[in-house]
Amino acid sequence: MTQSAGDAPALYDMDVVRGFALSALIWGIVGMTVGLVIALQLAWPELNWGIFHFGRLRPIHTNAVIFGFTLGVVFAGSYYGVQRLCRVRMYSDTLSRINLWGWNAIIVAAAVSLVLGASTSKEYAELEWPIDIAITVVWVVYAVNFFGTLAKRRERAMYAAIWFWIATILTIAMLHIVNSIELPVSMWKSYSAYAGVHDANIQWWYGHNAVGFLLTTPILGLMYYFLPKQAERPIYSHRLSILHFWSLIFIYIWAGPHHLIYSPLPDWAQTFGAAFSLMLILPSWGGMLNGLLTLRGAWHKVRTDPVLKMFVVGLTFYGMSTFEGPMMSIKTVNSLSHFTNWTIGHVHSGALGWVALTSFATLYYLVPRLWHTELYSWRLADLHFWTATLGIVLYVTPMWISGVTQGLMWRAVNPDGSLVYTFIDTVSAIRVYDIVRAVGGAIFLGGAFVMLYNVVMTVRKGTASAPAPTPPPVEAAAVAGGN
Amino acid sequence: MAYEWHRPVEVRWVTFTALTLVAIVVGGLVLLIPPFFMQGTIEPVEGVVPYTALEQEGRDLYVREGCNTCHSQQVRPFKTETDRYGPYSVAGEGIYDRPFLWGSRRTGPDLARVGGKYPDSWHWLHFENPRNIEPRSNMPDFAFLLEKELDTSLTSRRLEVLRNLGHPYSDEEIANAAENARAEAEQVAARIRADGVAISDEQARSEGIAMIAYLQSLGRARKAGGR
Repeated sequence: MTQSAGDAPALYDMDVVRGFALSALIWGIVGMTVGLVIALQLAWPELNWGIFHFGRLRPIHTNAVIFGFTLGVVFAGSYYGVQRLCRVRMYSDTLSRINLWGWNAIIVAAAVSLVLGASTSKEYAELEWPIDIAITVVWVVYAVNFFGTLAKRRERAMYAAIWFWIATILTIAMLHIVNSIELPVSMWKSYSAYAGVHDANIQWWYGHNAVGFLLTTPILGLMYYFLPKQAERPIYSHRLSILHFWSLIFIYIWAGPHHLIYSPLPDWAQTFGAAFSLMLILPSWGGMLNGLLTLRGAWHKVRTDPVLKMFVVGLTFYGMSTFEGPMMSIKTVNSLSHFTNWTIGHVHSGALGWVALTSFATLYYLVPRLWHTELYSWRLADLHFWTATLGIVLYVTPMWISGVTQGLMWRAVNPDGSLVYTFIDTVSAIRVYDIVRAVGGAIFLGGAFVMLYNVVMTVRKGTASAPAPTPPPVEAAAVAGGN
Repeated sequence: MAYEWHRPVEVRWVTFTALTLVAIVVGGLVLLIPPFFMQGTIEPVEGVVPYTALEQEGRDLYVREGCNTCHSQQVRPFKTETDRYGPYSVAGEGIYDRPFLWGSRRTGPDLARVGGKYPDSWHWLHFENPRNIEPRSNMPDFAFLLEKELDTSLTSRRLEVLRNLGHPYSDEEIANAAENARAEAEQVAARIRADGVAISDEQARSEGIAMIAYLQSLGRARKAGGR
């Protein structure tokens, strides 16, 4: 492993990057541990203990892994990348500090308030109104800091990674504010401004695009910056970046109603959702191909480099889940898959396969550079890669089987037209798959602990202050270009 | 080069951001605005009434405990679903549902039509330990709801906020909300006791009673034939 030119301390603010890299890792461990607990609770209900039951813990799992872990890596990667791609320090160190500490305070408040029962019930938007306001404030801080940096940049053109982060900042602001409009009853209880079908429509416009603009576009931004850097190859095609960026962000927004197929939502809206979901295959695969083809001439590196392995398997899962998702939007398929574990399996092939592996790869790239040392152990990083991959396979496969099993059992009818199975029959039938899934999740979590150990050992032998200032490297030339 | 036309956008961050905004707004406007003007989504189903004070308290508890993470409230228009649960869900029955609680995963069965399916005492015993009733159930027990006294200090305020959002509660219903909730709770407790389940006076004022009142309200209008 060779170090890049190293950062210039006078020029770039790396404190905020270090902070987010560590906090993301910790929230990842917390969130995945809660995920394992609730997986076990499904198979062994005795593990529910008072208020620490599945209903209250599940939102803690999702909030910690999405907003604590993933978004933490996105903050770290975008703060690292945007300064280099613009060749200037962040617009304001104070805003960076507010972003770091404010965001982590929000995640703590989220975990505490959720376990105490302050929840709006809307998936991935469970947090109550005071935290919603805090999120808005910190998000605006991030936006001002980011756009302020773009405004004073010393690199004329903005590289594709920046485009994806711009789309993230704008869209998340819009989604969060519109979906969180609510009237407070007390400090920790509010009622949605929307009722029934409108509430559902707006929530899934939010929910689907949280996947699109928290778990897709900013991760693509990470991929666009860190994959070419690690492979030391320019991105395969600038033209493909342009095409798939604009089509991806335009089409994504329309696909939300695929969460509400065969619901009371007007039929035309369901059809829009399904049709745009199918169209979404093209821009999604455009991103996957642009990433994979960047490795032309560098595939020999993939054999030995755990960071590139994670990027490659991550992109492969991205391609797979962005094919599976549109298939599940087709009404006939959805009638079987909806409300089953298939959905949970689909989410995790994207979340573990694409988002987490790309996030891990980004952290393995960042940590040695942020602490000016070699990674403690590349063999442990390789072990992490293999445990994560095995964990994902053991997670996703039983969820497919159990989803299809339960879906088929719900609709099974006797020759006289009566239902074959009671509901509880279908619960018993999938229990074994819930257990295998928990094993897969445990293996994946084990890999994350290996990473935690590796990172701690790296940080302990490294130093946060750079040895000697070096002139800013010309980053854009290294990653942009291509044909 | 074929992508040179894009260069002017790449070098101007304000232009780029403005174009991005346009791209992400269009879909939302088309999907989110029209439903507000469509009759079918705003005309109430015949028989749909606002929740009573106790039912609304119970609904807020259902939200607090995250019951929607395992139970859907949305029956799809398939024969196998209507046979299993009851009439399929329609838009007009949700006008007093803030938030909507359709759910996304049926770890347990759909509850949109559970009202009246079982006696109140069944729910009491089921909350105490679901495996008392169904040995194979994987639902957590909610015994703590049966012990914790229902806090009625905010009941009036809840209905008042909902009236601000358009729910037709009268001044009397808001002023007497806590009192009405307690009276309703006494009726539920009496029905549980009539079935031979002994509950203490403290338990008769518990959160569990409110939750049962809410569950018994689900699907009322549609099961009575409202369309």
